[in-house]
Amino acid sequence: MSKSPTPRALPSTGVAIRRSTHSPIYTLVGSVIIVVLLTAAPWIAPAQVASTLMNFFILVIMATMWNLLAGYAGMVSIGQQAFVGLGAYATLYFALKGVNPFLTIPLAALASGIIAIPVTYLLFRLRGGYFSIATWVIADTAMLVIGTIAVLGGGTGRLMPGLQNLSPSQTAHYSYLATWFVALIVIIGTYLLLRSRLGLVLASIRDNEVAARSAGANVRAARRTVYIIAAAGCGAAGAVLAISQPFIQPTNEFSMQWAAEMLFVSMIGGLGTIEGPIIGSIIFFVLQQSLQQQGVWYLIIFGTFAVAVALWQPKGLWGAFRSRFHSELLPVGHWVKNADGKRATGTLPE
Amino acid sequence: MIWVNVIIQGILVGGFYALFACGLSLMFGVLKVINLAHGDMAVVAAYVAVLLSPHLHIAMVWSFLIVVPIFGLLGYVLQRTLIQRSIDRDPFTTLLVTFGLSVIIENLLLELYTANGRTVNIGSIIAQSWHPGSIVYISYVSLVVLAAAVLVLAVLQLFLSKSRTGRLIRAVADDREAAQLSGANYKHIFGIAAAIAFATVALAGIAYGMMTQFAPTSGGVNLLFAFEAVVVGGIGSLWGTLVGGIALGVAQQFGAHVNPQYQVLAGNLLFLLVLAVRPQGLFGKKTALA
Repeated sequence: MSKSPTPRALPSTGVAIRRSTHSPIYTLVGSVIIVVLLTAAPWIAPAQVASTLMNFFILVIMATMWNLLAGYAGMVSIGQQAFVGLGAYATLYFALKGVNPFLTIPLAALASGIIAIPVTYLLFRLRGGYFSIATWVIADTAMLVIGTIAVLGGGTGRLMPGLQNLSPSQTAHYSYLATWFVALIVIIGTYLLLRSRLGLVLASIRDNEVAARSAGANVRAARRTVYIIAAAGCGAAGAVLAISQPFIQPTNEFSMQWAAEMLFVSMIGGLGTIEGPIIGSIIFFVLQQSLQQQGVWYLIIFGTFAVAVALWQPKGLWGAFRSRFHSELLPVGHWVKNADGKRATGTLPE
Repeated sequence: MIWVNVIIQGILVGGFYALFACGLSLMFGVLKVINLAHGDMAVVAAYVAVLLSPHLHIAMVWSFLIVVPIFGLLGYVLQRTLIQRSIDRDPFTTLLVTFGLSVIIENLLLELYTANGRTVNIGSIIAQSWHPGSIVYISYVSLVVLAAAVLVLAVLQLFLSKSRTGRLIRAVADDREAAQLSGANYKHIFGIAAAIAFATVALAGIAYGMMTQFAPTSGGVNLLFAFEAVVVGGIGSLWGTLVGGIALGVAQQFGAHVNPQYQVLAGNLLFLLVLAVRPQGLFGKKTALA
């Protein structure tokens, strides 16, 4: 209908539309500082900090992908560990073929994404809770199939080749940088994706699926695309996991633990926001580090917290913060403001 | 003869899957939600049976007479509080909440009772079996569990089709708003459906503990099998679930016969095959499909 793309200001109605809640310069400067610090971390911080950060990044990647699935496309998967495991094993496979493990990361992401394509045709036949358990069947099947392949170590596992000719400090630095850059690419990629046309379609589906369909949005294609992207992202997470913990075992790479962590982290941080999974991951790591002497209690406490958040604060901590302070760091929606600068809408655009 | 044995063992274990799955099926049919902690409830029931029996000075075999009603009550209470609260939000929240509960329960059991396997002790009958053919062994325990499964399904079917409460449950399952307009208190009906689901899964959990060892993580894998039985048989059909469970059991025994490593894989592949060629399952209607 409109002759021009979304106008930045609509003089006739007296409202203006803006992306950011504050000047994007602040976000940009802050991001640059964080990126520089995190890139330099293995040289300026103790080795223990760098290795904890690495696990943190892996969780951020997985949680960001899970949030894309559940928070933006409404698909509750409890089987994303399928693609974590497949990514890890793709890395092992290519490394056994003589490819440098660090170069296998994009290949692992690609492989996971390609495997996800036929999987969607099976999974999308089910909906709701049945879809969720079916994703788990897929993960279980992938684990069992991999476990029968002797060259990949079968059920007992195998050490990844290609890392042994590097010195320990080189390995640590390179794998840190690889993990960090994958996390950075995943976050920036998600941000750009949500600001793209697909992001708009996803927002319209979330707000009203029937209306989105009737306006011509191809719901199934959008969901399929998101599922494949999330699979590729989890594949990349699996690849960096394999590099950081190079003994590859089916029960570890395909662990249900990954699904639990990515789900809890996204729920606590806030579904449907980019910042949420990152904040959830920070809380998770603080809790895990402070309770690491107490066995699995961190997971019990964190899980209880996540259930409580889902029941009483479904937008998560970041969602609560955002609607209280009307502020966001990585805006993907739009604000509608009156010309005098006051908010025209009562709630924050989501 | 060896194939006869494979099929018989498959049928025996299939009955157990159906017993495990009927609560899942009922909850989905009536409440339209999946309880992802369904399997863990069964494991909790088995632990309660094992830990409670010595205190009550009863033989563990009869522990189900106490544990099953307790779980029925628990199901009603949980439904009226936690689950109803999450349903009021949306089905999406229910999945998150029940998955969270599943992880919490599993890790709590692990922390309290370690990963060691336990059994519901039923004495020497566990080792006894009927031996009708040269290599065919039918364990008495498995036979009793299969009979219990058929009995539970039959009673459930009769209850749903004949009793007043059963009719109310079906009415609410069909059209909640219309049933409400006709005076049905849907939250109470939901509670009853959850009570039945919890009672049957408690029975299944104790049966599992009688047949084999259970550990805190047993719930997940059994939920997986129960779910596969439901989809293979056809979502929304009680007898379909029994057939689905048997089909799954036979597929697993067949896989295990080829190579023990293939037992679970064969079941998963049957499930994926059904999903690919007949997504509504053997006896199902197309209601749960996307």
